[in-house]
Amino acid sequence: MDWGSIIGNAAGELISPTTAAYALAAIGLSVHFGYAGLLNFGQAGFMAVGAYAFAITTLELGWPVWLAILAAIVASVVFAFVLGVPTLRLRADYLAIVTIAAAEIVRFVVSTVNLTAITGGSQGLSGFARGFDALNPFGDARFGFGPWTYSGEQWWVRVFGWGLVLLATVIVFLLMRSPWGRVVKGIREDEDAVRSLGKNVYSYKMQALVLGGVFGSLAGVVFILPRAVQPGNYGTALTFFIWTALLLGGAATVFGPIVGAMIFWAVLSLTNGVIVGLRDAGVLPFISTTQAGQIRFILVGLALMLLVVFRPQGIFGNKKELSFNV
Amino acid sequence: MSAPGSARSAARPIGLLVGFLLALAALLSLAPIGALAAEAPAPTPSPTGDFTTTFTVGGVIRSGDEPLEGVEVLVEGDGFSEVGTTGPDGRWSVSLPGRGEYTATLQVETLPEGIAPRDPDNVTRQVNIGTTNTVNVLFPTGEGRVSTTTIWDTVFTRLVYGLNFGLLLALAAIGITLIFGTTGVNNFAHGEMLTFGAIFFYVFTTALGWNVALALIATLALSAAFGWGQDAGLFRPLRRKGVGLVQVLIVTIGLSIVVRYLFLFFFGGGTENVNIGLSSTVSLGPVTITLASLISMGVSVAMLLLVAFFLTRTRIGKATRAVSDNASLAAASGINVDRVIRIVWVMAATLTGLAGILYGLYRGVTWDMGFAILLLMFAAVTLGGLGSAFGALVGSLIIGILTELSTVWIPPDLRYAVALIVLILVLLLRPQGVLGRRERIG
Repeated sequence: MDWGSIIGNAAGELISPTTAAYALAAIGLSVHFGYAGLLNFGQAGFMAVGAYAFAITTLELGWPVWLAILAAIVASVVFAFVLGVPTLRLRADYLAIVTIAAAEIVRFVVSTVNLTAITGGSQGLSGFARGFDALNPFGDARFGFGPWTYSGEQWWVRVFGWGLVLLATVIVFLLMRSPWGRVVKGIREDEDAVRSLGKNVYSYKMQALVLGGVFGSLAGVVFILPRAVQPGNYGTALTFFIWTALLLGGAATVFGPIVGAMIFWAVLSLTNGVIVGLRDAGVLPFISTTQAGQIRFILVGLALMLLVVFRPQGIFGNKKELSFNV
Repeated sequence: MSAPGSARSAARPIGLLVGFLLALAALLSLAPIGALAAEAPAPTPSPTGDFTTTFTVGGVIRSGDEPLEGVEVLVEGDGFSEVGTTGPDGRWSVSLPGRGEYTATLQVETLPEGIAPRDPDNVTRQVNIGTTNTVNVLFPTGEGRVSTTTIWDTVFTRLVYGLNFGLLLALAAIGITLIFGTTGVNNFAHGEMLTFGAIFFYVFTTALGWNVALALIATLALSAAFGWGQDAGLFRPLRRKGVGLVQVLIVTIGLSIVVRYLFLFFFGGGTENVNIGLSSTVSLGPVTITLASLISMGVSVAMLLLVAFFLTRTRIGKATRAVSDNASLAAASGINVDRVIRIVWVMAATLTGLAGILYGLYRGVTWDMGFAILLLMFAAVTLGGLGSAFGALVGSLIIGILTELSTVWIPPDLRYAVALIVLILVLLLRPQGVLGRRERIG
């Protein structure tokens, strides 16, 4: 087995744009679930809305990058309102079902044949990142060290993605120390108590849903920068992986989502490398390469179950800051 | 007003499209689950000619295993129009002038006597020659009768299909609602119980060639054991530990991922058809329906009546409703809540396994078939009122008929979206559902 390349790949995953997208989406989910206690199972929907809004405004309307990102944000705000209006007054698991349903509706709509002209149907869209690549300040040369040697273009995607992650982290950190954050956390602990203090619980929940949704939509933009938009990517599996990443790090923590996303991808890459390596070494001859890729999803599911039962607060979390008691 | 030229999902997802050559299998599947099944290896016929640099569209037309000769397929697009005719091996192919969008239309009148497309209102496929040079187009055909249909015939046919789908949805959804009612848990791994039944029935009947009755009993017994195992091995310990409901909900999500990918690991990503020799069709007025579907509807109705009898007339059924109503009060009145929950799990798993068998007969067996309709079950249960068994029945029938009926007017790949939009509207207007009670919604 080539341990060098296996570990190198895993190390590369630590700062890959996909990891940044997961971290950003997990920060959004952390605002929803960790701080406000909202069970959002439709984060993939927010990501799809952001990704498609960015790609369509770029390709169809020729908007510049900043305007397309703004479009993604606006689209996710609208989406959050559509989700929040019917459900935020109901019990938490209704929000769970509605968000997951809405995310699937988004996926069905963008992959329908009749909208192929706009959304690319089941094939998706590509070629929207040219404007973004043109802004690349790093030139074409490859630089970096060890496993982290990339071309300037690849660095630009990474710097942009992690820059957004950093920005989101700072925003969330400051917000949660503010009076607004205290109210939101109060809602998570006891909605009725906060209501009796004269706060408009519904409005605060909606604001939290919008904020986390905007992070999710930006995650969608970061997610597609190094690849094409494909509707198949935005299934419920994506949401559940982000949940796993979030719970791994700790839901109501500042760095939990980031570390969770990093560990999630590094471990996925490691296990895949090891399983494929063992297969190639003839230790697991009964497994095909496709099956080797499937084992890691089984492990993700197991990890999710074990985490939520035995360490629901995650690696960094504080058991008191948990919104599991709906 | 069904959109002409829009390809629609056939009764079996396998009947969709596969691209090949240059090791590029482009799935043009337009079925709702198509995107999920993207990596599914589909049975790929060998290339239709020596074209390696030109663009071709082609396929094989068979009835059962019998290749059909002399069937014409019209390929059009961008001012190009050519007819491909099948040879003795049932193959046809048309060379295209270049990349682009084309439509392939099966010329129904060229089919031999007594052969009809499986899906008469879906004989036009959109072909997109983009990344692949060659696209394969399948037109599932079988014995049947070609008839001109009016809009009312279509509506009526869809109604019957929807009734069938709604009934088997109800079998599965009653399990969800009973588990929710007695334990408060929304079971996201419920779809996997449906897949479980379908896969084991497929393995017993088609792969191992067992007798149908034996396979049925074995599958239901395994399903029951699966349900008992989930409760005894996972959910009862969690209840004992006092794990919160939301945590348990996430556990069911994890369980669903594990079980689903185990299915994928062992079963593979393809669609398999359960072959128990019930594919002959029956005509009821304008509706042509397979014998299997007819039997499926009968079985569903009988099982639902049995469940109704169980819940309203037997001691343990009444105890179930009592626990569902108020678990603490039921426990205080001497009902063994744990036992009721165990029975509910076993019953839910058996019913859902049966629904899986019937759904497998109806649509073929895939590794994620249960997960693909899980949200429809949730929609049905929410529509009827969470926790109410009869509500689940009503909700399932509405959702089943609505999804099928909606394909008359809107693109078929959006039919599940319709059901989910209905779900959101219901929560907006009447969150407790049709038969639910207000205090449940919190």
